[in-house]
Amino acid sequence: MVNEASGESVELMISARGLTKTFGEVEAVRGIDVDVRRAEAFGFLGPNGAGKSSTMRMIAAVSPPTGGTLEIFGLDPTAHGAGIRARLGVCPQQDSLDTELNVFDNLYIYGRYFGIPRADVKARAHELLEFVQLTDKADSRIDSLSGGMKRRLTIARSLINSPDLLLLDEPTTGLDPQARHVVWDRLFRLKQQGVTLVLTTHYMDEAEQLCDRLVVMDKGRIVAEGSPLALIAEHSTREVAELRFGVGEHEGTAARVSDLGERVEVLPDRLLVYAEDGEEVVTKVHERGLSPVATLVRRSTLEDVFLRLTGRTLVD
Amino acid sequence: MRELPLLEGTVRQLDYWWTLYLRTWRGGVVSSFLTPLFYVVAIGVLLGGFIEGDPAQLNGASSYLLFVVPGLVASQTMNTAIGEVTYPVMGLIKWHRGYYAMLATPLAPIHLVAGTLMFTLFRVASTTAVFLLVLAPFGLFATWWGAVLTFLVQLLLGMAFATVIFAFSARVRTDEAYGVLFRLVVFPLFLFSGAFFPIDNLGPVLSWAARLTPLWHGVDLSRMLMVNVIDWRLALVHVAVLTVLMAAGWFLSVRALTERLAQ
Repeated sequence: MVNEASGESVELMISARGLTKTFGEVEAVRGIDVDVRRAEAFGFLGPNGAGKSSTMRMIAAVSPPTGGTLEIFGLDPTAHGAGIRARLGVCPQQDSLDTELNVFDNLYIYGRYFGIPRADVKARAHELLEFVQLTDKADSRIDSLSGGMKRRLTIARSLINSPDLLLLDEPTTGLDPQARHVVWDRLFRLKQQGVTLVLTTHYMDEAEQLCDRLVVMDKGRIVAEGSPLALIAEHSTREVAELRFGVGEHEGTAARVSDLGERVEVLPDRLLVYAEDGEEVVTKVHERGLSPVATLVRRSTLEDVFLRLTGRTLVD
Repeated sequence: MRELPLLEGTVRQLDYWWTLYLRTWRGGVVSSFLTPLFYVVAIGVLLGGFIEGDPAQLNGASSYLLFVVPGLVASQTMNTAIGEVTYPVMGLIKWHRGYYAMLATPLAPIHLVAGTLMFTLFRVASTTAVFLLVLAPFGLFATWWGAVLTFLVQLLLGMAFATVIFAFSARVRTDEAYGVLFRLVVFPLFLFSGAFFPIDNLGPVLSWAARLTPLWHGVDLSRMLMVNVIDWRLALVHVAVLTVLMAAGWFLSVRALTERLAQ
């Protein structure tokens, strides 16, 4: 494919047009268009049930699309599933490590499924254990690993075939903050090495940390697309003033502050006033004789973008 | 069209199954080796000592021990084969989700079925080989080639059960189904398929029902070969029935696992 603006050829790792997936009566994915380029870190952001995982399973060439077109590495996954999967790394949402095998064997055996010669896969497994900082755990049983270690091992396993494209489904869900940062660090290094990353997440901070570009999904559709900064600039204000009042007072108070920002969102436990200068909003709120129990001024995040686009919060 | 040939995809799983076997074989030693030996001693030798049957009534066997041992060999084959495609397969689908991990590689469901069945065949072959070697000192084989053919029959019988029960495992949602399977299918088959007494003793109706069970075909064929009183036409029927069952089971297994893993 040729980029019309620059005239350079751009290699598309993933290209989807009008992609749908239906399970019986349920439409999980309702016609999405996605392009992912080489060496890009691309994210699907959305709440549970948005259709992210169904999309990932189609991209992973294990779940055939119901409608539309999908090409991975320029190939049709229904016809070239094995060839595509040979070049993919998949880190599933649920750990599927083999608890009967030790840490090293989990990597070794997995490499053999790709037909990698025994000596090569052994060397690669040692390299990867080093990369995910699990070398001293090589002989350990899976059950003895922490959640973060298991996730790192799963990431190492997904890299055993030196994939051109790495798919990560909710890579840090269920991990504690410290473990999440270790995983992010490793993914960031991969990105710097030029590995194309595609990840799903319902954590906006994860998307902001890792993704060059992302789509926001809701109810099986793409509701916005762009870089994290561009999305925030387009769909939100620079700052947000969070105002917490007494229980049940938020709805009534909203009208009294609505002119202080571009818009006001009413959440069960707080009001969000979107404005360029959050401190100024807080000052004016106090000038009007209102006394919130707590206030917080922060920068807009993808969470605000999502709230704006769907009227709902990401994690509910 | 399949991109990865069946054999290539199956061979790529050898390391997995072999490593798994090396890590778990000790746990299976008691059930696969000592249990049948206990049966032979308790039922064949000790209980059989009280039973004096006319060889004509015992399908040609000259003693109850000779009569019951082929039944025990075939029953062990059934149990070993079913054991490998019940809880382990549910684990691979549902508990540790090993099949899903394998599916993210070039392997497809048909390779996973073939790999699991290949390992089951190995387990049947190794436990049967050990069992037959243990039996050798009892002087239970009429001919050496009868022993070899008995061994081969166990491979066929094991695969007939393994393929059909694999298809069952790929369809059921919870392991409670296995409770029903073992209580209502496997255990009655073990008791009433001619392993312990000639099925004619069941009366005209039930004996025909017993003839329809796969285990009976395996028991009767094994017994013919071990005591060397062979009805070749009936033997051919036994082989044909087990082969058809195995082929149908393979087809159903591949279809069931493909559908299950696509969900």
